Amino acid sequence: MAWEVFKKPTKWSIMRSLILKEIDELIFGSLGIIIFIAFFIGGVVTIQTALNLNNPFLPKSLIGFAARQSVILEFAPTFTSIIMAGKVGSYITSSIGTMRVTEQIDALEVMGINSLNYLVFPKIIAMFMYPFAVAIAMFIGVLGGWIAAVFGGYAPSGEFIKGLQMDFESFHVTYAFIKTLVFAYVIATVPSYHGFYMKGGALEVGKASTTSFVWTSVVIIILNYILTQLMLG
Amino acid sequence: MIKVENIHKSFGDAHVLKGISATFDSGKTNLIIGQSGSGKTVFLKCLLGLFEPEQGNINYNERMYSSLSTAEKRDLRQEMGMVFQGSALFDSMTVEDNVMFPLNMFTKQSRAEKQERVDFVLHRVNLVDAHKKYPSEISGGMQKRVAIARAIVMNPSYLFCDEPNSGLDPKTAILIDTLIQEITKEYNITTVINTHDMNSVMEIGEKIIFLKDGLKEWEGTNKEIFKTDNTAVTDFVYSSELFKKVRQMYIEERN
Repeated sequence: MAWEVFKKPTKWSIMRSLILKEIDELIFGSLGIIIFIAFFIGGVVTIQTALNLNNPFLPKSLIGFAARQSVILEFAPTFTSIIMAGKVGSYITSSIGTMRVTEQIDALEVMGINSLNYLVFPKIIAMFMYPFAVAIAMFIGVLGGWIAAVFGGYAPSGEFIKGLQMDFESFHVTYAFIKTLVFAYVIATVPSYHGFYMKGGALEVGKASTTSFVWTSVVIIILNYILTQLMLG
Repeated sequence: MIKVENIHKSFGDAHVLKGISATFDSGKTNLIIGQSGSGKTVFLKCLLGLFEPEQGNINYNERMYSSLSTAEKRDLRQEMGMVFQGSALFDSMTVEDNVMFPLNMFTKQSRAEKQERVDFVLHRVNLVDAHKKYPSEISGGMQKRVAIARAIVMNPSYLFCDEPNSGLDPKTAILIDTLIQEITKEYNITTVINTHDMNSVMEIGEKIIFLKDGLKEWEGTNKEIFKTDNTAVTDFVYSSELFKKVRQMYIEERN
């Protein structure tokens, strides 16, 4: 499948509009849920860290430090990707699967169009914008943490911000974005595979969406472990 | 013209096509009929180039498909139009965009030229006020017309139709049959229709091929099908009481 996606490309003028449409649907269409989840996850991580730091000798700035590390290293790239596997992944599988069931993919093939390139390539390119969504998730997550810490009375604003700046390693952000790019490719391709090669009718479209979500999540979690071991281990 | 020579196609242990030879003439409506599981759809997909037969040749106006390069096969595909059983219209596009789709993909025409061509073919299939509607907003008969318009928009040499009447009321079915036959004659297209509909067989069957168990059992016209003594054909075609009576009347009239 991977080779076919990049073979015999569709006319650029058509492909450009398909890519823009996919960016709108896959990335901009997901920003709302990404922002919502990142905000509250950032808040919850902060509250839980604060509740566990009850030793008076430990500085309150550690709350900001822990929130930053958790959000940047794990929650923004990985947790958001699992959410995207459900939202975007099931959309991709069901839309391509429905095209398979209703012979729309056969119609493309009969016209001499490389259907894999036409359907999957724009999604892969659109998902290269996904790191921007994760960057927003990082910012909103930290913001959620700050609001929870300050307005919840767990840490003063200055201490929290001091923690955010403490022992900052820029490679951690690079690591998070490398992970995000890998996950973006997985989110675009695994659901596409399940939709494109599905057989049967409407019921099977639903089953394929579920299967694709499970497999996308499994692949993301395994790759998360491997990448973490390779880059931070 | 499409000339098929001794094609075989298997899926695992299932030998679906067991050596079919046939000729489909241009300017004629060629029908493939047969019971479910007789190999009609596989045969049509072989003609479309979606399945490659293990043995045998398919010639499109003296061009042997198996000996064509990938680029030549792609060019040949652009000479083909297909009307699918469920219409297979792109549901995210309007009627106009569906019909314009092949022009967008394969031509360098200006927007005005493409629009003119789309207006022409939609007018030809008697759809004048559905341009901006989506497939889900129009009836099954209208969807079939859009599918026909999309299939002929590139001026194809070959038109393939898989069960074009399925799901349509008898009156609309006849209108669709007539439209396909008119277009076939008008543009001298080689039209191959896969059908179960006996009304189509009687109305537009200028050449009929009856398949049974992956073999060509009978070949003839809609006139000849009344006279045939082939029991497999008569059992299939005259399975309904109505057609049994029609045939009886024909025989009585002839005697």
